[in-house]
Amino acid sequence: MPANGLRAMSLLELRRVSKHFGAIEALSGIDLAMGAGEIVGLMGDNGAGKSTLVKIMAGNFPPSDGEIRLEGQKTHFHGPGDARSAGIEVVYQDLALCDNLTAAANVFLAREAKRPFAGVLRLLDNLRMHQRARELFAELKSETRPGDLVRRMSGGQRQAVAIARTRLAKARIILMDEPTAAISVRQVAEVLDLLRRLRDQGIALLLISHRMPDVFAVADRVIVLRRGRKVADKPVARSSPEEVTGLITGAIEAA
Amino acid sequence: MAERTLASAETERSRFRVPPRLLASQAFWVTLATLIIIVVMVAISDAFASYKNIFNTTRNFAFIGIMALGQVAVIITGGIDLAVGSVMGLSGIVFGMLMASGHSLWLSAALGLSVALAAGAVNGYLIAYLGLSPFVVTLGMLSVARSLALVVSNNQMVYQFGPDEKLLFALGGGETFGIANPVLILIALTLLFGFMLNFTVWGRHIYAVGGNAQAARLTGLAVDRIKLSAYLLSALTAGIAAILTIGWLGSVTNALGLTYELRVIAASVIGGANLLGGEGTAYGALIGSALLEIIRNSLLLAGVDPYWQGTFIGLFIVLAVLLERIRGKRSA
Repeated sequence: MPANGLRAMSLLELRRVSKHFGAIEALSGIDLAMGAGEIVGLMGDNGAGKSTLVKIMAGNFPPSDGEIRLEGQKTHFHGPGDARSAGIEVVYQDLALCDNLTAAANVFLAREAKRPFAGVLRLLDNLRMHQRARELFAELKSETRPGDLVRRMSGGQRQAVAIARTRLAKARIILMDEPTAAISVRQVAEVLDLLRRLRDQGIALLLISHRMPDVFAVADRVIVLRRGRKVADKPVARSSPEEVTGLITGAIEAA
Repeated sequence: MAERTLASAETERSRFRVPPRLLASQAFWVTLATLIIIVVMVAISDAFASYKNIFNTTRNFAFIGIMALGQVAVIITGGIDLAVGSVMGLSGIVFGMLMASGHSLWLSAALGLSVALAAGAVNGYLIAYLGLSPFVVTLGMLSVARSLALVVSNNQMVYQFGPDEKLLFALGGGETFGIANPVLILIALTLLFGFMLNFTVWGRHIYAVGGNAQAARLTGLAVDRIKLSAYLLSALTAGIAAILTIGWLGSVTNALGLTYELRVIAASVIGGANLLGGEGTAYGALIGSALLEIIRNSLLLAGVDPYWQGTFIGLFIVLAVLLERIRGKRSA
């Protein structure tokens, strides 16, 4: 695997990205590259800049400095919509699901399938949405039923709904914010399997996590942020939980 | 033989099994309560089932029901509209004075409804775009709109409505096929709101905003615009109710719609609208307002001192919320 930045055809690449809010330097000079079929673990303490980085990649706000490249092309995201149409999807920590809606309605939220009605109107095509959601859950080997209310689902099933949403969008890059934080230990394995399945389908995955074992179980590469700077970017095979812990806390300066 | 009976009993049972969704619906239980009251009242009172009483009772709740439809839309988004009574008053005064000064029904209605929409737009803008609390904003509008109604009318009553007076009285006070016109309009609007809430993208999004506004925003929904639309609809229904009420009463004062907000919100909540957002139905608005009026009517016919009405209605409001809590526990 070539060193970062030199990858011939990265799907998504950040070059010297910085972000400051007034006098506060949230990120400075971040280089980051992600290729298809790769899981990258992003680690760092609270306030290290992880969520700022994700928000820049998701188009929530522009970097103060530096550039974003998609398949080598310089890109500007003017909003989350731009990032989404470029194939970048975010699965948020709180999953951003509507508890009062069904699994299918959540998967299709803001992208509802419509059918013509009485010539001028375009109505919800619930049947098609249910069928498609069922297919997506089957692909993910999840037991989630399209017609169930999210309110009555387990943490693992909710995760499947959130991931199915990204599959619907045919995302090529998925940013996952703490997917294993809010679920029971038994369901963690289920979710990690979901991640591997996504990788096998050629998706680039950024896994933001506090859970060291999860990162070391599925990630190919680990990136560590400390105080807005990248202090490590290396294959997990050449690192160790001890080293990463040292990098996060600052006991190890850089690796 | 015995086996066959057993098997057929089984199919019989499954045929009559109530779908769980229905049991979990507040509107179902409120409908049941309404039916029970009706059955009891038919048994004990000859007047209750008379055509005249049914005609009057249904017309009486039509105005509240129409406003409850708009209110339910607001409540689904997680908001509340306390201003509906005052907006009804202001819109009604403007409409009445325009008619009295010789303008046609249609022009006066268009302008009266525009005034209501303007009030709704102010509410919606302050709540959706500036993020102010719906309770406080609409409480403010309750005061402002009522005061403007006084200013505009100069505390005068309007009881002559110009060239289109007959048309207005027919619209609000008349009947079609033996049913009071406001009731027909309530039914039509209930079908329209039910259709919009269940089958359109707007409906799906309004539930999404109420269920989790943050999530809705993250997926890219125009949360502000959706919230604004709900307050516009609520104000519009208040304006429609104003025109119909004036047509029925044959006059308008600036007290039109005074304290109606309480009855409208009560009807919405009894019909299953959840003040936490994300839940509510058009049918619930209709059945909730029907139940309130039937209780009132039943107490009257049963000879209960009218001073007790508020107590009974208050009990039903609290019972409805209690029922919701019990249902919530079971489904959680």
